[in-house]
Amino acid sequence: MSASARRPEDLMGLSEDEYDTILDIMGRDPNFTELSIFSVMWSEHCSYKSSKFWLKTLPTEGPQVIQGPGENAGVIDIGDGLAAIFKIESHNHPSFIEPYQGAATGVGGIMRDVFTMGARPVANLNALRFGSPDHPKTRHLINGVVAGIGGYGNCIGVPTVGGEVNFDPGYNGNILVNAMTVGLAATDKIFYSAAAGVGLPVVYVGSKTGRDGIHGATMASAEFDDDSADKRPTVQVGDPFTEKLLLEACLELMATDAIVAIQDMGAAGLTSSSVEMASKGNVGITLNLDDVPQRETEMQPFELMLSESQERMLMVLKPGREDEARAIFEKWELDLSVIGTTNDSERLVLTSAGEVVADIPVPPLVAAAPEYERPWTATPPREVLGPDDVPAPFDLGVALLTLIESPDLCSRRWIWEQYDHMVMGDTVARPGGDAALVRVHGTEKALAISTDCTPRYVEANPIEGGKQAVAEAWRNVTAVGATPLAVTNNLNFGNPERPEIMGQLVGAVQGMGAACIALDSPVVSGNVSLYNETNGVAILPTPVIGCVGLLGDVNKRMCSAFQNNGDMVFVVGETSGWLGCSIYQRDMAGGSAGAPPPVDLDIERRNGDFIRTSIAEGHLTACHDVSDGGLAIALAEMAIAGGLGAEIDHKPEIPVHAWAFGEDQARYVITTNDPKGFTGAAAAAQVPLTRLGTVGGAALTLPGAKPISVESLREAHTRWLPEYMGTR
Amino acid sequence: MTAAVIVFPGSNCDRDVAVSLESALGHKPLMVWHGDSALPDVDLIVVPGGFSYGDYLRSGAMAANSPIMREVMSRARNGTPVLGICNGFQVLTECGLLPGVLMRNASLKFVCRDVDLRVERADTVFTGQYTKHQVIRIPVAHHDGNYFTDPDTHKALEDNGQVAFRYCTADGSLTEDANPNGSIANIAGILNKTGNVLGMMPHPERLADPLLGGLDGAPMFSALAEAIAA
Repeated sequence: MSASARRPEDLMGLSEDEYDTILDIMGRDPNFTELSIFSVMWSEHCSYKSSKFWLKTLPTEGPQVIQGPGENAGVIDIGDGLAAIFKIESHNHPSFIEPYQGAATGVGGIMRDVFTMGARPVANLNALRFGSPDHPKTRHLINGVVAGIGGYGNCIGVPTVGGEVNFDPGYNGNILVNAMTVGLAATDKIFYSAAAGVGLPVVYVGSKTGRDGIHGATMASAEFDDDSADKRPTVQVGDPFTEKLLLEACLELMATDAIVAIQDMGAAGLTSSSVEMASKGNVGITLNLDDVPQRETEMQPFELMLSESQERMLMVLKPGREDEARAIFEKWELDLSVIGTTNDSERLVLTSAGEVVADIPVPPLVAAAPEYERPWTATPPREVLGPDDVPAPFDLGVALLTLIESPDLCSRRWIWEQYDHMVMGDTVARPGGDAALVRVHGTEKALAISTDCTPRYVEANPIEGGKQAVAEAWRNVTAVGATPLAVTNNLNFGNPERPEIMGQLVGAVQGMGAACIALDSPVVSGNVSLYNETNGVAILPTPVIGCVGLLGDVNKRMCSAFQNNGDMVFVVGETSGWLGCSIYQRDMAGGSAGAPPPVDLDIERRNGDFIRTSIAEGHLTACHDVSDGGLAIALAEMAIAGGLGAEIDHKPEIPVHAWAFGEDQARYVITTNDPKGFTGAAAAAQVPLTRLGTVGGAALTLPGAKPISVESLREAHTRWLPEYMGTR
Repeated sequence: MTAAVIVFPGSNCDRDVAVSLESALGHKPLMVWHGDSALPDVDLIVVPGGFSYGDYLRSGAMAANSPIMREVMSRARNGTPVLGICNGFQVLTECGLLPGVLMRNASLKFVCRDVDLRVERADTVFTGQYTKHQVIRIPVAHHDGNYFTDPDTHKALEDNGQVAFRYCTADGSLTEDANPNGSIANIAGILNKTGNVLGMMPHPERLADPLLGGLDGAPMFSALAEAIAA
């Protein structure tokens, strides 16, 4: 087809230049099936064409890293022959269109990414961003997303142990649903996707293929408009029961040595899984599409190749092991079908009814995938605000009660009580603390896991915001006593073809990279979600970090609840009263002006390492990181968690509202019953420390405020979400 | 003594309860696949929590018709202790070993949290290490835990002393607020007439390890171990 004869709808979302490249590769016009395959493989979602250039700059290596980005999930060594396998992935577009199924299949997809590598999933987390509570769709979306996450995770029996939720009008037209799964495997039983070897059977297992989710990856690579609801048929439908069977069957087969390679069928289904396995193994794959298990009739080749039906896997087996595999899958009542073989032509050859319906060389399909260094403009720097630039509240205590009841700071209990967070019997720290702690089954070790991002900081200064997302996740893992090992990232942005949006992505990646290096936490897996826009309005830039750390002795874990009357309260780190971009400024003073708090990575590292050592040496009785809402919110949360008050008799030298609500970074509130030992250790480590007061009583007394009973703090903290949702 | 844990497709608390049983018994229980029609000679049968058959049709309805359940029912009638937890309770009502049904929670939402239970019977093989009207803290995690029967059946349950646990406040009061799912008379667990079959929605295996935040579930497993060894 010559350039002049092409209509835009013929291009399936590809550009003219991309189409010309396809003509070069094929040496002829691609047929409809072939063009469909190029279209999905070169979609933003599958090819990372706008972000790849920048993703390559992230640090991905370290002695703890067994597998970095490029496989289904990242793998890190946690000692004693065990590995933690994890990744975070977005399901934003489907969840906005159909929240229950969109969120459910997001959870299903990320769990498959983890167990396809040989790991049993042991923890799920999710980072959620909704629009303003006043927006008419918000309640419906929360209800559907939470029920969908619970519906899938509860059924399969993997605990949902943590995550985060924010509300902002910037997400009114595009919510974010980022799901993270962490699994455990033996380091010598990790499975990869390279289909090395010729003449090997290619085996399809799991659910039958239907017409659901066709072009889902393409949908996820375009903006929304008023007709987005029409895209509902591109959303897949999940079946957690089948996924549970698939999980058990795969792990049972993985205990043998029959598998050469395995890859889950996620975005772009059979297309991306077969191409990926062939490409990584430097082989070709011949598939007979008539042998694909189908639940609908008369499915066309392109439909079979693009379907995103859930709960399916593609495997390459050692020759002659098909019957052994079939027996296992039959026991679990799942389909297993040999649908092809690996070939030495390095071509993807598809046949149907005896005819070749597609024949594409694999190396250029993968290697010639477009990569753009899109133009970008840096986000202009903002003015630094002083503590006096944001007005004080008329009453500090009222401000605290108002903030702790606000949508962004209130208790998320209403959400996590709908998730089974205890199944598998290893959830040592339940949701609501700094990081979730999941014991490594049968050992005394535990994994600490946290997801974090502060989008309003990233919007104001993408570099500092990118650093802060890594630093906060690292701090949360540190605050429970664990050593952070690595991170996974989920980069959620608007349309990268707009230079100011691309500038946010570039800045955030630069900031993240710097923080990952300084904090020894390489990026081992991740996902990019672009085009999060409706009618040209982009979301807040939201580069979410999921951090995984290791606690060597679970008995030495730390929690944030005040423990004992008489314990001394300290804040570790400097307090300057930074109110720019703070929650206080946004919710109490009306505005999001000024620069966000800077993240000094050397200080972050020094303070965090000191906290970890102090926990290990037994100096602390409680520890909580200071983040949104500053010191006052941190103290209130510790009081609520412990059911104990505190008398804060420290006299701040800065305006008291800036002291209370400023969001300076690299800080932790701690309590100790050994103030002498602790202050001595801090002096030796040259860590700044301020004594704040003493734990005790039934009220929290802050400087410049009347005592507030812990009970009234708890009531305020737990009131909003259930009332807003209209159920207990 | 030996115990068997029945595993259906979709069971997901089978490993958790096996850990608690092993800790009480000193050895691993047998894990019995639902498709087996033969059940080894055992002293205790546990039907674990989870989503057998995805809870499709009705929670527990399809598992109740699994080949192994015929054998479980015949052992139960011959006096072998049978413990059904959560989905296991649903299976036991569906197969008729226990009366009543478990409907969708009154909130229509899945609920996972610690609840307080009042021990109504401390004289059974399951509850012998609790005291009557002791308040214990055990987690629930279910979508369909709203226990219901017709008034006659309910009266018979009460008259026969078949209610084993009720949801209560920390001081043992049976209030509506303490009821997580809308069950009639705050019923959390019931026995059959002969007292050898217990079905309960709360998960004792989830608070039987100090690291997980409590030990109130442990006495059930040690009571079973002791009673059956004796």
